[in-house]
Amino acid sequence: MADAAATRDMPVMQVEGLSKSFGPVEVLRDIGLSFHAGKVHAIIGENGAGKSTLMKILAGHLEPTNGTIRIDGEPVTFTGPVEAEARGIVLVHQEILLAPDLTVAQNLFLGRELSNGLMVDDRVMNERAAKAVRDLGVKIDPRVVVGRLSIAQRQLVQIARALLVPHRVAIFDEPTASLTPVETEALLKVIDDIRNSGIAVLYISHRLPEVKTIADTVSVLRDGNLVATHPAADLQPVDMARLMVGRDVSKLYPDRHAAATRRPALEIEDFSVPGYASHASFTLGKGEILGFAGLVGAGRTELLEGVVGLRTAHGAVKLAGKPVHFANVHDSMRAGIVYLSEDRKGKGLLLQQDLRVNLTLASLGRFMRGLVIDRRKERAALDRAIGEFDIRGGRKEMLAGQLSGGNQQKLLLAKMMMLEPEIVVIDEPTRGIDIGTKEQIYKFIARLAEGGKSVIVISSEMPELIGICDRIVVMRAGRIVGEVTGEHMTENEIVVLATGATAEEAALVAE
Amino acid sequence: MTDLAARSTKTQRSLKDLDLRAVAPFVALLLLLILGTFANPNFLGVDNLLNVLTRSAFIAIIAIGATFVISAGGLDLSVGSMVAFVASLMIMFMNSGAIADPALMLVTAMVLAIVIGAACGWANGIITTVFQIEPFIATLGTMGIFRGLTTWLSQGGAITLRSPDLQNLYRPAYFGQVLGVPVPIIIIVATAAIGAFVLYRTRYGRHVIAVGSNEDVARYSGISVNRVRTVTYIIQGLCVAVAVLLYVPRLGSTSATTGTLWELQAITAVVVGGTALRGGVGRIWGSICGAFILEIVGNIMLLSNFISEYLIGAIQGAIIIIAMLVQRSLMRRN
Repeated sequence: MADAAATRDMPVMQVEGLSKSFGPVEVLRDIGLSFHAGKVHAIIGENGAGKSTLMKILAGHLEPTNGTIRIDGEPVTFTGPVEAEARGIVLVHQEILLAPDLTVAQNLFLGRELSNGLMVDDRVMNERAAKAVRDLGVKIDPRVVVGRLSIAQRQLVQIARALLVPHRVAIFDEPTASLTPVETEALLKVIDDIRNSGIAVLYISHRLPEVKTIADTVSVLRDGNLVATHPAADLQPVDMARLMVGRDVSKLYPDRHAAATRRPALEIEDFSVPGYASHASFTLGKGEILGFAGLVGAGRTELLEGVVGLRTAHGAVKLAGKPVHFANVHDSMRAGIVYLSEDRKGKGLLLQQDLRVNLTLASLGRFMRGLVIDRRKERAALDRAIGEFDIRGGRKEMLAGQLSGGNQQKLLLAKMMMLEPEIVVIDEPTRGIDIGTKEQIYKFIARLAEGGKSVIVISSEMPELIGICDRIVVMRAGRIVGEVTGEHMTENEIVVLATGATAEEAALVAE
Repeated sequence: MTDLAARSTKTQRSLKDLDLRAVAPFVALLLLLILGTFANPNFLGVDNLLNVLTRSAFIAIIAIGATFVISAGGLDLSVGSMVAFVASLMIMFMNSGAIADPALMLVTAMVLAIVIGAACGWANGIITTVFQIEPFIATLGTMGIFRGLTTWLSQGGAITLRSPDLQNLYRPAYFGQVLGVPVPIIIIVATAAIGAFVLYRTRYGRHVIAVGSNEDVARYSGISVNRVRTVTYIIQGLCVAVAVLLYVPRLGSTSATTGTLWELQAITAVVVGGTALRGGVGRIWGSICGAFILEIVGNIMLLSNFISEYLIGAIQGAIIIIAMLVQRSLMRRN
């Protein structure tokens, strides 16, 4: 029975010499990897390193230009995702691809509805959906409409949907990108259970501590090349980052020396955004970087959107000591406050328009020659912005949607900086952005503060807030519940405030 | 030498950037002209062509306004009824004899038509933006209202310009020529030039495209989305009024059926011209081209004996579907 032992060690899935080109651009070069049953294999790399392309090839969405995919040692080719699924390979997408108006059960069985004769069999589907969700260790009523679930719950429904197909390989593409620490913790447990049931798990993530926690093996992609595959036990997050970027990144956060006293730039008092935030008061000093921490749904985004006039709100706002009122966002922009939305694609940039149009959209008044827009001046501004913010694309005529996530964020920064603001509010400045670009954005934020501008950073990544902020305000359920500064700026203290949990519980989560 | 090198890279880039979707309607127009010549030798005559272009004036001018509305992500189904309504009020005013001097009367009536057109457009804008009613439903409602008011004003019959003096004074506005070019063609070109200037060169035009591309991004960029949208409907109303100024001297009369289905022709012209129905792309000259295409197809059908001219509606319906398919296939290739 030597065969049995061999089978146990044989990888479920293997790729050899895998390459992929889009036209003349080679995005993957000679990749060789093996995935084993009951193991979590993490694939990390900067944006544009080729992770998504690799995943798409493995799940049958793309065909490789060269190379072989083997399942149980036998070469296979997929003509589409359906065929890959039939072979037991399922992909959990990064974006939530569910119909918000259908119920959980209807979504789980969308396109593969069970029927008894002519009619769909809702009873059986609800039962099976309930079991599928329960298997993930969560309680979600299968008859609830998906639109009423939280993002984390939708993510779980999406996972349940993928796992409904008999499978041997499960691919997760940045599943925790929009989850809070507590939700992430729960999801990692789900993935751990999937591993323990003997499935080969492929795990893509930007969050290196998380990779360290969950993965058995880590492979690093850089510029389309596989640069390393190591047991996770041998790598610390900082090693992973170094491999991804190809240089030392131990100094991700810039050095800053906080000034002792600051004149207030913005004072908010008893400020409420109906339905989201109530009776919030805080002060932002000139030259200060103020963080806003809290769980998703704590009302941070809504509070700041209310302050800049994007939402109906009431309360007192003072700008450099003078009471002001912003009826709409145009007013606050004119007063020198800009807000950069966390939703870059949905609220920040016109993806179907070119870089120039995007850059000048909020500040067109500065580009007018009489009635006419001065395009030459716009182009000159674009050239300057590309240099100053290191926006890397290809052609200047390209559309904003063709830029990578990191470059979109730089373009959005450049766009808002055209207004020469005194106060900058940045919501999730580095969500979905690779580590190299993160470093650039942190440096930029620090430079702004050094130049006497005031910055508010809303973020769900606590290390980021701790790394760049002078002070952190914590919100929970629409209220400001505390503030940490100096040596009290630790993940522990923030989690205690953000969740209302005890210190011990918080320590567990922060770990 | 350097100059040449610079020039050659420039041509390369412009060739690469050539948007097939922007060119497609003009290519289609050219193909139609060739087809028309085969169908009937008289087709390519200057007289026939000028005649065809003149007849496309109403739809072409309305389509300029529709380009603004549609590229900002809206829709206006009321334009056909609005033509009937504005024209009826204009004729009734001229029939009222409120002003004795014919020239002054005519000028006042024209200003009145423009004010009424703008007001009708403003109403559409307010209903869709302030009251947040889907443009399709809102303008379906005003379409019924304008049509109903016209029927009521005319008591189901016709409203006819009675004064022969005014008729004679006003006739050249449609039938006149300047340097051999019919006045309506000059008006089309002038209106389109103003429209293109506003849409492509001004801040407002940029805001229209931004709102049509993504309303949220526009709002977060400090643009007043409601104001931008409302003004597109006012521009549409103004274009309708300009079309009325040409329509009244042509027939001197309106009825409850004036302008029936013009909204569909205008939307067809806009879409055939390459403007995206989902907003964010606006092509003024494309819309003019689309209006010409619709009229030329009708003309070819009249001149040729292959197809019954009673099928014009069906052919125009087919054109909009084909145009969408062509646009989409060109988008994929890009």
